[in-house]
Amino acid sequence: MSVLVFAESNDNSINKGAHETVFYGKQIASKLGTDVTVVTYGNVDEGALSKLGSFGADKVLINRNISEIDDELLTGLVQKAAEQENSNVIVFGFDVVGKSVAPRLSARMKAGLVPGAVEVPEIEGNTFKVKKAVFSGKAFATYTINTEKKIISLLPNSLQPEQEDKTASVEDFAPDLKPGRLTIKDKITAGGDGIPLPEAELVVSAGRGLKGPENWEIVEDLAKELGAATACSRPVADIGWRPHHEHVGQTGIAIRPNLYIAAGISGAIQHLAGVNGSKTIVVINTDPEAPFFKAADYGINGDAFEVLPRLTEAVKKFKANN
Amino acid sequence: MNILVCISKAPDTTAKISFTENNTKFNEDKVQFIVNPYDEWYALVRGLELKEANGGTVTTISVGGPDLDPIIRKALAIGADKAVRVNAEATDAFFVAKQIAEFAKDKGFDLILAGKETINYNGSQVGAMVAELLDMPYVSIASKLEMEGSKATIHRDAPGGEEVVEAELPIVISSAKGMAEQRIPNMRGIMAARTKPLEVVEPSEGDHLTEVAHYELPPEKGEVKMIDPENMDELVELLHNEAKVI
Repeated sequence: MSVLVFAESNDNSINKGAHETVFYGKQIASKLGTDVTVVTYGNVDEGALSKLGSFGADKVLINRNISEIDDELLTGLVQKAAEQENSNVIVFGFDVVGKSVAPRLSARMKAGLVPGAVEVPEIEGNTFKVKKAVFSGKAFATYTINTEKKIISLLPNSLQPEQEDKTASVEDFAPDLKPGRLTIKDKITAGGDGIPLPEAELVVSAGRGLKGPENWEIVEDLAKELGAATACSRPVADIGWRPHHEHVGQTGIAIRPNLYIAAGISGAIQHLAGVNGSKTIVVINTDPEAPFFKAADYGINGDAFEVLPRLTEAVKKFKANN
Repeated sequence: MNILVCISKAPDTTAKISFTENNTKFNEDKVQFIVNPYDEWYALVRGLELKEANGGTVTTISVGGPDLDPIIRKALAIGADKAVRVNAEATDAFFVAKQIAEFAKDKGFDLILAGKETINYNGSQVGAMVAELLDMPYVSIASKLEMEGSKATIHRDAPGGEEVVEAELPIVISSAKGMAEQRIPNMRGIMAARTKPLEVVEPSEGDHLTEVAHYELPPEKGEVKMIDPENMDELVELLHNEAKVI
């Protein structure tokens, strides 16, 4: 009856987002009075797998034969794990894998899915009520899952995982699976210093106010000092100053970091739709009427070319003193 | 190529979001509806480009009441050849996927395109569910799609970057930015759309696996705290002690 959590791995290591997903599964398992089994794949180091225990996993099933994201193979893997563990609740991250595998599994098992949950469900008997963000972050909806088997995918950065002193047991898991039909020909890494934007806790973003791609150094300096990912507004990605995968907003990606610093972005409603889940928003703009200030927690009415380097220095000083 | 494009309606991106009936229904009053941008700009337009290059037909499918017809006519005006509307309320992703799969199962579609998500429910579910119900491969969040004979080459989002994936048709693909450029319908397209076939079919049986119990708006944001641009030490201090994010 254990809660089953799919942990995403990448390049043979467990993704940071998976720690949160496992912790979320643990919260559900505690409510149900059961334990947590994790299923994952790839040639992941044994230590990284048993460490998932500290986030709440009791047991980890690892399939070392799968090395690439094939949604049919992974759907089969999770389905077989759910059968073996007799799991009625399956948890994914609402990430690129969770967006293809969770709904496929939902249709296969006739298990109701809530994609992009932001809170631990309310559980009453066999009914789960799960809150998720809708209308591109402008509202929330609480869904009732009607089916006995339930799938929830968790919107990244929804809860802060806590660790305990525990390790999980690790078992090889290699059931017979129907082969997938996708061939992965090439991987293109996003480049940069490698904090993937969707799972970054801190993000420094800039827009047309930066005036040209050659000026991004001050954005990158601050990001580096904070350990943050960099992002940009749509016009900046459209004119090619920054790569498309950095574009946050309605038609780019939606993020919800703990801290979003936006320099030289006016804050059009389409941009806000991609960042309105951020816990704290800092807006730097020369225009005191920029609509983004209305959505900000902290505002600086000033020139990004002066404010960003000053902020980088202040962060440096803070780090030296703490 | 025989292409099916899934079209859904969404409130205009600037629409004010509110709810009625004790917060159980979206308040459509004074809301302008549009074709869900991912469905229109990326899925539909890429479908049309592939048809223009390879010949074939582009059919759209939507699940909803007659209020959807103006949205569907817009898709026809942009260039789809014909449209189907399944006459049922679209309240659950699995139910919608079931309707699409039931319609598509014996029509021999080579390619089924959907948007990567709707901007109102942000679920990213229907495409994958249709693929499962039709036993087809699925590629999610595609930013590029090229065809060569019966082989599709697709760029898709992957953790930390993107991947180039190959698959044989038929296939279901969810579309994101990069797939195509938005097309504005011209007058001839708008005129032609009036007479293009829009077939209304009654729904097949399908379960509702989930339902919305209620909606809520996020808590009001407090007043913005303005900081002296000369004093970034103060901001760092607030981010550390007050917001507790660094």
